[in-house]
Amino acid sequence: MSFWGQWVSEWLEGLGRLTFLTKDAIASLLTFKVAWRDLLFQIYFVGVKSQSVVLITGAFTGMVLAAQTYLQFHKVRMDTATLAVVSVSMCSELGPVLTGLMVAGRVGAAIAAELGTMRVTEQIDALRTLATHPVDYLVVPRLLALHAALPLLTAESIAIGIGAGYVVAVYLYGIDSAYSWYNMVKYTGTIDVAIGLIKAVIFGGIVAIVGCYKGLFCGEGAQGVGRATTEAVVYSSITILITNFFLTLVLGKIFHTF
Amino acid sequence: MIEVKDLEKSFGKQKVLDGVSFSIEKGESVVIIGRSGGGKSVLLKHLIALLQPDAGEVLIEGENIVAMNERQLLRVRRKFGMLFQGAALFDSLSVKENIAFAFRRDRSLPEEEIAKRVAHVLELVDLPGIEDKNPSELSGGMRKRVGLARAIVYQPEIVLYDEPTTGLDPIASDSIDKLILRVRDRLDVTSVVVTHDMRSARRLGQRILMLHDKRIYAAGTADQIFQSQDPVVRQFVEGVSDVKELN
Repeated sequence: MSFWGQWVSEWLEGLGRLTFLTKDAIASLLTFKVAWRDLLFQIYFVGVKSQSVVLITGAFTGMVLAAQTYLQFHKVRMDTATLAVVSVSMCSELGPVLTGLMVAGRVGAAIAAELGTMRVTEQIDALRTLATHPVDYLVVPRLLALHAALPLLTAESIAIGIGAGYVVAVYLYGIDSAYSWYNMVKYTGTIDVAIGLIKAVIFGGIVAIVGCYKGLFCGEGAQGVGRATTEAVVYSSITILITNFFLTLVLGKIFHTF
Repeated sequence: MIEVKDLEKSFGKQKVLDGVSFSIEKGESVVIIGRSGGGKSVLLKHLIALLQPDAGEVLIEGENIVAMNERQLLRVRRKFGMLFQGAALFDSLSVKENIAFAFRRDRSLPEEEIAKRVAHVLELVDLPGIEDKNPSELSGGMRKRVGLARAIVYQPEIVLYDEPTTGLDPIASDSIDKLILRVRDRLDVTSVVVTHDMRSARRLGQRILMLHDKRIYAAGTADQIFQSQDPVVRQFVEGVSDVKELN
């Protein structure tokens, strides 16, 4: 088989395994009694431990967005629309995407490394001999935790981003606070917030499934675990960015139709 | 009880097993010997369906486990306990949590009963009182003992041992051998041991199967194998790298 033939074949094989893993996880979610202890630990690990990175990312994104928007809008005397742009951008795009990317880097990598190490040290096989399905024990708690935690982290990121943008716009550039606030509330709809949170739920699933897949099917030895960890971050980040574009189109169409 | 028929397995282009067939009766203690990298551990993992063959069947009490999916296999695997080469303890859990793992998952027993069973099985492997230690605090021999405790705490019908003495000093190896014999006699289990340690093979095996050139090359009682005049068997048993050195 040629190089490209083999590459396509391996790519399709990987896609098939990923699909079966997703199917197993959904089937397990529907039938499995959730282990609350494991789930709570994962929510703590994903949610509480990601606070600092998400808050810093949200704050500085809101601040730079406010600064850039002001510098452009000031030229056409639309200063008071600055905060509205920050708000809509943070709610529907930057909040969920940047939170997703940061969590992919922190949590997706940790999931792939942990499960990959378990695989190369035969701990996954040991689980199976103890009559435990690896998807039930390893994948489902992580999937549920990311589905639950990412919207909350996104909401935090949005709030802190808007707050930081407000500080920059009002206190640094001296924009009128009452008009800024009025315009922000006027142009930011519930739909924008809803779109952002729906995206966050989906991005949580992407980070969990890609991280678990890369860990469960990683290559042998330390090199295999290292590669799985890197690929988990790269693939989940790329998937988030591509999915975000299509979600913007589809969710926009759905919400603006009704 | 265990029946393997015409098992074939390849990894990429490399064929590891090619038409392996044998059967093991209930309560029997069988040792599989063969050279390193010869497919012994691969064969052992097929007995509990951790690996799927390219062709052939594995029957456990008449049920073909090759045709089963992962969820159906959970039921069959309750009959098994397995000791892994590196013990494969869950490093994020304590010794107690490792041993009680499936009980906690089942939620079938109260905590006091679980603690009692863990203490009992730790005594059986001569490691009383280490319930709260972490696997990282244990030596190689202790890890294997805890791995064995985890494998037998559910009173399985079949226990699989993957290179139980590899990497241990002779004294630790001897104690693991004695432990395997103790488990076999006290719990009345079927034992399948994969090893290339001939001293262990002689002590543990009521019957020995030799895996050579991707298939079962020789089978017999320990005495038959150790007294065999076949050059391939003798070379392995006597540990001679050059056939010409055999008398």
